[in-house]
Amino acid sequence: MLDHELINRTLSTAMSTGGDFAEVFVEDKRSSSAVLDDGRVEELTSGRDRGAGVRVVVGDTTGFAHTADLSEAGLRSAAEAAATAARGGGGGAKTIAVSPIEVARRAPARIPPEDVAKATKVGLLTLANEAARSEGAAISQVSARYGDSRRRILVANSDGLLAEDDQVRTLFSVSCVATGDTGLQTGRESTGRTVGFELFEETDVEDMGRRAAQRAITKLAARPAPSGAIPVVVGPGGGGVLFHEACGHGLEADLIAKGASVFANRIGDEVASPLVTLIDDGTMAGEWGHFAIDDEGRPAAHNVLIQDGVLTDYMWDQLRARKEGRPSSGNGRRQSYQHLPMVRMTNTYITAGQDDPADIIAATDHGVYVAQLGGGQVNTATGDFVFGMTEAYLIENGEIAEPIREGNLIGNGPEVLTRIDMLGDDFQMGSPGTCGKDGQGVPVGDGTPTLRVTSLTVGGTAA
Amino acid sequence: MAELLDIARRVVAWANDGEHIEAYVVHERETEARAYGGSVEAFTSAESQGIGVRVVVDGKQGFAYAGTLDDDALQETLREARDNAAFAEPDEFNGVADPDGVAAVELELYAPGLDSFSTDDKVELAIELERATLAADPRICGIESAEYIDSVYESAVATSTGIAVVERETGCYVSAYALAEADGETQTGFGFSIGRDPRTLDPGAAARDAAERATRLLGASKPASERLTVVLDPWVTAQLLGIVGHTLTGEAVLKGRSMFAERMGDMVAHPSITLVDDPTNAAAFTATAIDGEGLATRRTPLIDNGVLTGFLHNSYSGRRATATSTGSAVRAGFKSAPGVGAQALALVPGDRSQEELIADIDNGFLVQGVAGLHSGVNPVSGDFSTGAEGLRIRNGTLAEPIREVTIASTVQRLLQDIIAIGDDLEWLPMSAAGVSLVVGDVTMSGA
Repeated sequence: MLDHELINRTLSTAMSTGGDFAEVFVEDKRSSSAVLDDGRVEELTSGRDRGAGVRVVVGDTTGFAHTADLSEAGLRSAAEAAATAARGGGGGAKTIAVSPIEVARRAPARIPPEDVAKATKVGLLTLANEAARSEGAAISQVSARYGDSRRRILVANSDGLLAEDDQVRTLFSVSCVATGDTGLQTGRESTGRTVGFELFEETDVEDMGRRAAQRAITKLAARPAPSGAIPVVVGPGGGGVLFHEACGHGLEADLIAKGASVFANRIGDEVASPLVTLIDDGTMAGEWGHFAIDDEGRPAAHNVLIQDGVLTDYMWDQLRARKEGRPSSGNGRRQSYQHLPMVRMTNTYITAGQDDPADIIAATDHGVYVAQLGGGQVNTATGDFVFGMTEAYLIENGEIAEPIREGNLIGNGPEVLTRIDMLGDDFQMGSPGTCGKDGQGVPVGDGTPTLRVTSLTVGGTAA
Repeated sequence: MAELLDIARRVVAWANDGEHIEAYVVHERETEARAYGGSVEAFTSAESQGIGVRVVVDGKQGFAYAGTLDDDALQETLREARDNAAFAEPDEFNGVADPDGVAAVELELYAPGLDSFSTDDKVELAIELERATLAADPRICGIESAEYIDSVYESAVATSTGIAVVERETGCYVSAYALAEADGETQTGFGFSIGRDPRTLDPGAAARDAAERATRLLGASKPASERLTVVLDPWVTAQLLGIVGHTLTGEAVLKGRSMFAERMGDMVAHPSITLVDDPTNAAAFTATAIDGEGLATRRTPLIDNGVLTGFLHNSYSGRRATATSTGSAVRAGFKSAPGVGAQALALVPGDRSQEELIADIDNGFLVQGVAGLHSGVNPVSGDFSTGAEGLRIRNGTLAEPIREVTIASTVQRLLQDIIAIGDDLEWLPMSAAGVSLVVGDVTMSGA
């Protein structure tokens, strides 16, 4: 993406005030999307963002600047601004020579989005819309969205690292509104993978439309959700959001270092039920949180965070790892070249257990079954977290009963981890997510088998 | 500024016969200083710009954007927007805004003083904020963040219907996130101070707020579930208003995604409720004289003494609803076409302080913070369920802290169940003002 000599000169400029570390991050991203709403293809959007961010670290201070101007002058000016911002003293000239690192080869997108006609992309929207509306007259509104992006990045730093990646992601979602005597209800289906248009060889958009519609129709008959602490069974795939919030964020080394996590100083402790093995894995080909290198040039890695209930490690970016004299775990990510990287999750999941999912439901007298989860939020310092249920049912006498209305569930991470008493053998990855932290959004994946938490507070209105 | 408008006009001038173009051009400078451990943890200096182009031809709309303003990018962006329009389906109500003769108000949104506020001054403010937060209470054991952020934002809108406007504003704030500890338990709290000129910021007040919010939760426990009266802190009310505002947009109403679609003229809220969206109010940090399509903003009453009286419209939803735009086109930057939304919502305040309101409550819950509004509130169905923390109210006074509970109702019921409104209206860094709100009969779910 950039000439190596130009990179070397930019890094030398960045280090000229006596920096301990400097980095250039170059990004060229093209995105396109198409939206169908209210029965018609409403709009297509496409765009391009290209630029570079330069970071300089002096002692404990980081200076950062970015530019959309990738000429020698633009990069030099960004490097000088970052060096000034890092408040370095005088320095000597330092010559830097970067060389490419070996990164595991991975399959590129088989069908790059730019090779697919817009009419073909739009055609998918129409198919999903018609399928959703065919589910019944109760479906009063449908929107469908197609999105793709191709993000090429280059990272080079004063340690001599040079690495590149070409990340293609494709996303499709359908949202329905059903209208009935009880008012309006919504249903949604989404899929997203780090692949090209080949996503639709394995994804049936009509089926997605039908499922979103059925979900909305089912919820028209939903009764108010219970209020209070009861057993909760989470279906396969969805529970990843629970772990993402209950402990994922709390295992990020930047929050650990500031004492802002309940999991600080707990390595080696039993923090979860022995059933729980939690992994964060950026190498999972095709998954939404997958990449070859993170946004600091580190190869993606398979990191075991909790093994059989025992906390084994945190997630690390370059800055925190450098301080601790250990390697980064490949979790340094950023939203774009306009942002500083920080510790972020990739694909976070719980490995499969031994239980038959049917047995888990049968073993629950009275509880809630969550079939689809929405997003969530956590306060890592207290461990309190919430996550939303967008499709859920009561469990009565070991059987799934009536649907219940939407709401949040609330729990405390360290407590909930110890209350997982059954784990299914039906592992599945969940829906694509965008994880927000300090105002930056990055794509993340998650997954779980069916699991049961012996007690969680369901935030409904029914007694 | 003139340069941005020149660029926007240049793109619009490339319109073909029968084609309408809108160009939105922005330029932003931002600095951010984060303090930690008594020195600078990170200093960012950023300058960015971009253009979003909307093309409407034969009722079909296309959009494209670019994060640069060089000539090649402008031409490529217009070409892409044109090409995108060809694949959309026509809608007779599509189009860029038509000038409507409403004059834009004069607003002082740009504080020249920001320019002369040096990097050292900014760093000093962040460090002072951290120091003041740590010193505010002996139980404050650390900070998660203490930062100073400012921006100068300039934007221009030009259309082939003759709109050509520019706006420039400054904004800055300090914010602290404090950690308090007692008996091995940690709690957190935030505080901030916001303005247009950094010299008006009050890091001491931000530090005190952060420390108080964090320390007053120490020792919090999880209570049993019950139905009770809640008092929403101004910060929480503002977030609730944001959701209500969403349901009152022409976009949600016309597309069957609002529970208020068929309720015009109905009593949808307690008679004490009067809700207005007024971006021309200079006291709002989201005040703006022109909307995302270049029309003058204006005051729009939405709920008058409990009666639904208005919806918010941009030019598309206005045309389609056989109404006019209320100057409520909003943009999320230059990367998307304008939508419709509230810009500065506020309730007409009552005449009693929060303390006086609390004095009337035998058994209640002062909700200081909420979590998961994005995951537990459905603005289409109205289902409302959110994580909450704050203080118990017993016999008219604040009592023990509580945490790890949810409060739940529906948006429709919350509006009807409002009992009283405080006199403590304050503008917050969001498109709604906060005010204390007392709501009866809300379900609190706990142990």
